[in-house]
Amino acid sequence: MATTAATPVAPARTNRTKPTPRRRHGTAGALFIAPFMALFLLLFLAPLGYAAYLSLFQEKLIGGSTFVGLDNYITALKDPLLLKGIGRVALFFVIQVPVMLLLALCFALALDSGLLRLARVIRLGIFVPYAVPSVIATLMWGYLYGPDFGPFAQISHDLHLPAPHFLSDSWMLGSLANIVTWEFVGYNMIILYAALRTIPAELYEAAAMDGAGAWRIAWSIKLPALRPALTLTLLFSVIGSFQLFNEPNLLMKVAPDVITSSYTANLYAYSVAFISQQTNYAATVSFILGLVIVIVSYAFLLTANRRRTA
Amino acid sequence: MSGPFPSPFPSPSSSPSPLSRRGFLAATGALSLAATLSACGGDGGPPAGSSAKPVGRADIDKAMKTPTQLTFWTWVPNIDKEVALFEKKYPAVKIKVVNAGQGTPEYTKLRTALKAGSGAPDMVQIEYQAIPTFTITGSLLDLRPYGASALKSTFVDWTWGQVSGSGGEIWAIPQDTGPMGMLYRKDIFDRHGIQVPTTWDEFAAAARTLHKADPDVYLTNLAANQVAAWHGLLWQAGAKPYVTSGKSDITISVDDTVSKKLGQYWGALAKEGVIGVEPDFTDSWYAALNKGKYATWLTGAWGPAFLSGSAKATAGKWRAAPLPQWDAAKPSAGNWGGSTTAVIRSTKNPIQAAVFAQFLNSDPASARRFTTEQFFFPATKTLLAEASFLGDTPAFYGGQKVNQVFADISTQVNPAFQWPPFLDRVATDWTETVGKSLADKTDTVRALGSWQSRITTFAKGQGFTVEGG
Repeated sequence: MATTAATPVAPARTNRTKPTPRRRHGTAGALFIAPFMALFLLLFLAPLGYAAYLSLFQEKLIGGSTFVGLDNYITALKDPLLLKGIGRVALFFVIQVPVMLLLALCFALALDSGLLRLARVIRLGIFVPYAVPSVIATLMWGYLYGPDFGPFAQISHDLHLPAPHFLSDSWMLGSLANIVTWEFVGYNMIILYAALRTIPAELYEAAAMDGAGAWRIAWSIKLPALRPALTLTLLFSVIGSFQLFNEPNLLMKVAPDVITSSYTANLYAYSVAFISQQTNYAATVSFILGLVIVIVSYAFLLTANRRRTA
Repeated sequence: MSGPFPSPFPSPSSSPSPLSRRGFLAATGALSLAATLSACGGDGGPPAGSSAKPVGRADIDKAMKTPTQLTFWTWVPNIDKEVALFEKKYPAVKIKVVNAGQGTPEYTKLRTALKAGSGAPDMVQIEYQAIPTFTITGSLLDLRPYGASALKSTFVDWTWGQVSGSGGEIWAIPQDTGPMGMLYRKDIFDRHGIQVPTTWDEFAAAARTLHKADPDVYLTNLAANQVAAWHGLLWQAGAKPYVTSGKSDITISVDDTVSKKLGQYWGALAKEGVIGVEPDFTDSWYAALNKGKYATWLTGAWGPAFLSGSAKATAGKWRAAPLPQWDAAKPSAGNWGGSTTAVIRSTKNPIQAAVFAQFLNSDPASARRFTTEQFFFPATKTLLAEASFLGDTPAFYGGQKVNQVFADISTQVNPAFQWPPFLDRVATDWTETVGKSLADKTDTVRALGSWQSRITTFAKGQGFTVEGG
């Protein structure tokens, strides 16, 4: 971050003495980069451009397609369903992500402490949910949450207690957060744990020589060293939360009265495209969602960097 | 956490065919990718003016002898057996069967392929209610020039109305049907001294009696996510919720007098808590049927075979009866589900494709096979009158002649019921208004009003001229 790479040292001289290799280096580089650029253009920029193009039109079942300029964007920014969906995932993010990352951090520190027996088994155990596809995980939790024949409901029934309403309006966001946390704690833990393993042992030895205990080492050495990894997991979580789709889409089947087709912004984009057949508006919604993610991610990176340089 | 859109989207509009749940899931999930990948046929623009001139016998004969490869999207399990009959008769024509998912997932893929201009099949399995959704975009081939009109008397009258367009076009050939009846638990009825209700009044009284006698049991479940059942009940009550005239005029009246009567009736039962309102075709719902939480299932004629596969624990305890009536003197029925074979207009081989659609569903051997292999409820008059079909006495229903019950109901289906050209949207809006009111025990009649206004707004936004409401 600090050093600038672009300052040429004595440019005139270098150019005069070694002109040929430099030029060859340039074409070879371009050749090496070409496959990447081709794929990048074809698979990333082209679809993005096409979606942007689509978002400027409006196609009706009767009357066909017309150019409407930025009308779709104006509609979307005033669309209560979209705004509510974005608000809901923002709330989800604020609640779920800190819980998940804190858990991941605790697990990573515990595993790294070397005090746990069966550390490998535990590490694998925490990571295994990530290996379960989210569709399967949601179906499984959907069954566990079941108000009639789910195990929690059955236990409450046996104890003559009212069954918990995991799938009700007020609990749903928490139930979703639980599924996502279950799925991704292990994944984040592995990233943090890997970062912890890179800390040189000499640091610990020096700290121990200075009389630091385990807590002090964790606080003053491990946590600061984890900051880049934490930023990374946080960034992934921003993107993941705002794109929330699979879990609500599947739980919609068991709780259609709670999860509507506009429950999250991504789900809304999907239903606009495939239920209402408004492809153009769906492109607009996706773009706005993408924009929100970019802004939130950038805001996080900015604050993280400022803290580091401060 | 997220990803592209791979999951089976809840398909409120589609009716499950009689096949096991596992088979259903495997079929919709695992094979869909293969379908998407393999469906890379060519694209010809829609052939111009397909309606007018009939195709001559000689042309048809010549086409059927020309080596051709056709693609057929369907979710029907083991349909290869019927397809084999066709290929035996026309050895030059080869059919590639592709499972592209059941109902909504298939339509989504089809729509995408049509929009992309390539990859659409030649023939497609399509439910009655989805036909207008594809004719509005001009995606189906009118089958009249290929001799389809001659089949009119082969099929049950009301099914012919379902596949016919407002200008007399024939958009598809019926395959199976789902006239609605009532499957009920005889043992539960007997235990509580409940007579089989023949009117909706008796049904409501029975619901209250039963739930009072045993709080763990409900007379029935009206799924809050199943617009198809609601449409079937509307159909029975004589409602005409959607009437299209011309291409762009539509009358929407989902909150008219008949609908309000229905809303009042079911809304009250849901509010009192004497019927269930849980989503159907979920784990919990299957468990409920197996464990006797519901004493009836109001369902289409495909229901008996479906139930015997998914509620094995209750074998022998079920019986079938017609739906309760609003007016016992004038019995009438609605329909839930059933599907057809349609030809996609972009096909390069319209003759072969049209002949296939007709053969598959009207050839006596092929049509019979659907009733013996897939346990479909037939759409042809001959089969509906056949002794071997009517005389079947499945042990799951205590030896009752279930097919006979539903064959009788089939004659009472009102032929004048139309579907809107944007059914997916209508279905989602129903779940989020009327279905939600049932689940939340709020005012269902008022929810009908929101449903009406949501559909109306959408239709206007799509360029329709909307009347009614």
